[in-house]
Amino acid sequence: MAITPPSERNWWKQPIAKVELTWIIIAFFWGLFMFFMMIYWHGAGEQNLSNEAYKIKPEKFAAKTQEMIEAYTVREETGFPVVHPPAGSDVYLTGRLFNWWPILELEKDQTYRLHLSSVDVQHGFSLQPININLQVHPGYDMVVTIKPDQAGEYGIVCNEFCGIGHHLMVGKLYVIE
Amino acid sequence: MSTKTEFRTCPTTGLKVDLNAEKLIKANAVAAVIFLAIGGLFGLLVALTRWPEVHLLPADWFYLALTAHGFDVLLVWIIFFEMAVLYFASAVLLNSRIAGPRWAWTGFGLMLAGALITNIVVLQGGSSVMFTSYVPLKAEPGFYLGIILFAVGALIGCCVFFGTLVVARRERTYKGSIPLVTFGALTAAIIAVFTIASGAIILIPTLLWSIGLVSHIDPLLYKTIWWAMGHSSQQINVSAHVAIWYAIAAITFGARPLSEKVSRTAFLMYILFLQLASAHHLLAEPGLSSEWKIFNTSYAMYLAVLGSMVHGMTVPGSIEAAQRARGLTKGMFEWLRKAPWGNPAFAGMFMSLVFFGFIGGISGVVMGTEQINLIMHNTLYVPGHFHGTVVAGTTLAFMAITYYLVPLVFRREIMFMKLARLQPYLFGIGAAGISVFMMGAGTLGVSRRHWDMQFADAILPFDYPSAAFLMMGLNGMFAVLAAVGGIAFIVVVVGSVFFGRKLGVDEKPSYPEVPPQAAVVAEHGSAHSLKIPGTTMLVAIFFIAFVLYYFVNWKYLSEVWPLS
Amino acid sequence: MTEEHKSEDEGLQDDEQLPFMQRLLDNPFLLLFLGIAVPTVFYIIWGIMEITQIPIAD
Repeated sequence: MAITPPSERNWWKQPIAKVELTWIIIAFFWGLFMFFMMIYWHGAGEQNLSNEAYKIKPEKFAAKTQEMIEAYTVREETGFPVVHPPAGSDVYLTGRLFNWWPILELEKDQTYRLHLSSVDVQHGFSLQPININLQVHPGYDMVVTIKPDQAGEYGIVCNEFCGIGHHLMVGKLYVIE
Repeated sequence: MSTKTEFRTCPTTGLKVDLNAEKLIKANAVAAVIFLAIGGLFGLLVALTRWPEVHLLPADWFYLALTAHGFDVLLVWIIFFEMAVLYFASAVLLNSRIAGPRWAWTGFGLMLAGALITNIVVLQGGSSVMFTSYVPLKAEPGFYLGIILFAVGALIGCCVFFGTLVVARRERTYKGSIPLVTFGALTAAIIAVFTIASGAIILIPTLLWSIGLVSHIDPLLYKTIWWAMGHSSQQINVSAHVAIWYAIAAITFGARPLSEKVSRTAFLMYILFLQLASAHHLLAEPGLSSEWKIFNTSYAMYLAVLGSMVHGMTVPGSIEAAQRARGLTKGMFEWLRKAPWGNPAFAGMFMSLVFFGFIGGISGVVMGTEQINLIMHNTLYVPGHFHGTVVAGTTLAFMAITYYLVPLVFRREIMFMKLARLQPYLFGIGAAGISVFMMGAGTLGVSRRHWDMQFADAILPFDYPSAAFLMMGLNGMFAVLAAVGGIAFIVVVVGSVFFGRKLGVDEKPSYPEVPPQAAVVAEHGSAHSLKIPGTTMLVAIFFIAFVLYYFVNWKYLSEVWPLS
Repeated sequence: MTEEHKSEDEGLQDDEQLPFMQRLLDNPFLLLFLGIAVPTVFYIIWGIMEITQIPIAD
């Protein structure tokens, strides 16, 4: 029994039943498959993180965001600047208590280098309803190259608890034709 | 207390029980159940707040309750219970005295003090930082201090376990190798040492930071080391509850492991690789390379998952073999149909096995895939997954073994047996529902740890799909069902322990019945004659579900915006 | 006394004839060492090295 010592002293030499061995082999190869699937997707799939990141002072990241806002703001919406940066450019989005700053307006099927960081605590970038979720740390600039392929209006929910106003922290992102 | 060791002999199993060990098991189990009740109550409040039509608590209380819920059930309940399991699996199963009972009591005292301190500090309201307390969110110093004391106490408990292994070996209280269940407990203890050490390494500087003696803690570094505790502590659970599955199979059916070699090697895969999965929480983080992420998130090429899949066959397989040896050989499933479904220990154990595999296990591997994590990270899918592992898996298994601990260790007859028979179903189905509906809401994008999914007061509006609201309503209903099951458990266990009929010194309790040994010792463990078609079918169904669900999620991923 | 020693020696000899893997699995402290060393090296040390090597933004 499993609650008593093995009855055979040398249990390592006991043979294994065929059905057990078969399952071990299947499970082992399935594990290998799943492992190599992640590597394969880095080559063949379109949804990957490059893990390009930099250490950055929060003030510096806020300044870069502000520079972009000053250069490319096209209108204002409920107190938020709406920024339309050129296709292919570096785009900055700052998480802060309790909003995502600014509102971005991107063009469909164009590529952008999206920089994400926080100026206070950790936040969660959750782009909805498309459902892309990234962790945003203060002091780290995470670079993700994105290519929006559907036009529309998207919400950016904060999905990392950041304080008492966490549930108020919603941002917006437009993708236009 | 005296250091003299006194023993009694268990009339049911014939095991020699050190009375010091017995007292320690009782104390730890009682503390565990008390914190399960407290943590469970907080959990119910959380679920009722997330039920959109009910929305019970105000925001500040919601975040407070969620912090307390996480700490009390993810750490306090399970680790107190695991201490009881460690002392049982070492001293009792090895017929040995427990090493250093005074140390064990010191550990118990520290754990209790730590748990109380952190609970009080959280209830004071200044430390609603969630169980994970990601810096630079700052809690009161007492919050960290309590967790550190609790961890140190648990570490002492692990040392007592290792010490008892040494004592038992030196005093030759058993022959040959330790029992498989003790080996599973050893696996849990090894993971616990790594877990607790990681927790101490990161929480001690964080305590100093919250007092003001350290100026900065790097958030990414904190998160990496914190999860070596946060995730690995749940791997202690996995090892412990798998050991409990084997124990319940043995006590209920006299089941023998199909192969000691296979089951122990599966535990070895846990010892070596299970803890690497702490990386599951860092797949959407900046700056860690894909090489690090892929190697660690896959538990080194899924070798620890291999271990779980092996246990998933050998546990029901050993039950099937034992049942067939008893003559239940008709068709594929007579052994399972005629299993003692009215025995709460068996019912809880078998549901724990099924839910852990199908709900918690599959979702964990899928979510832990580097790229698929992008569409799940920090959504409700995450708590959905771990309620499948920790609640429907571990907690249900711990509840199940408690039905054996009460008569065999507490020496009390189970009261309210009718309620007890129903309890695992209420709790198990409730927990499974919670998991499934939270996973559903997460797939629809709903954030975890979030007070208001309607964003009523947000400046910029956003609406989740209406199906998500339905999911959260169903989640609330199943949480109520699980809470009813939880209350039933507390009523039965607390009632029996304090008011149940005391069993005489040599009296065998009417429950649990011990299987006739003659039928059991037959050679069903041998490789050549082994026939387990029912288990093979169950495993095949599991595998097909796993593969299908895995590819469905790659399909979902391939539909989101290209990222690189 | 001597008899006890004798039986202890026999026990040891028995153990030495056991396969390597069984002796590993019967040795809790070796397992403890491995169970701490593997995640410490692959998860913690490798992870911390990567975090400390993240470049500083211009």
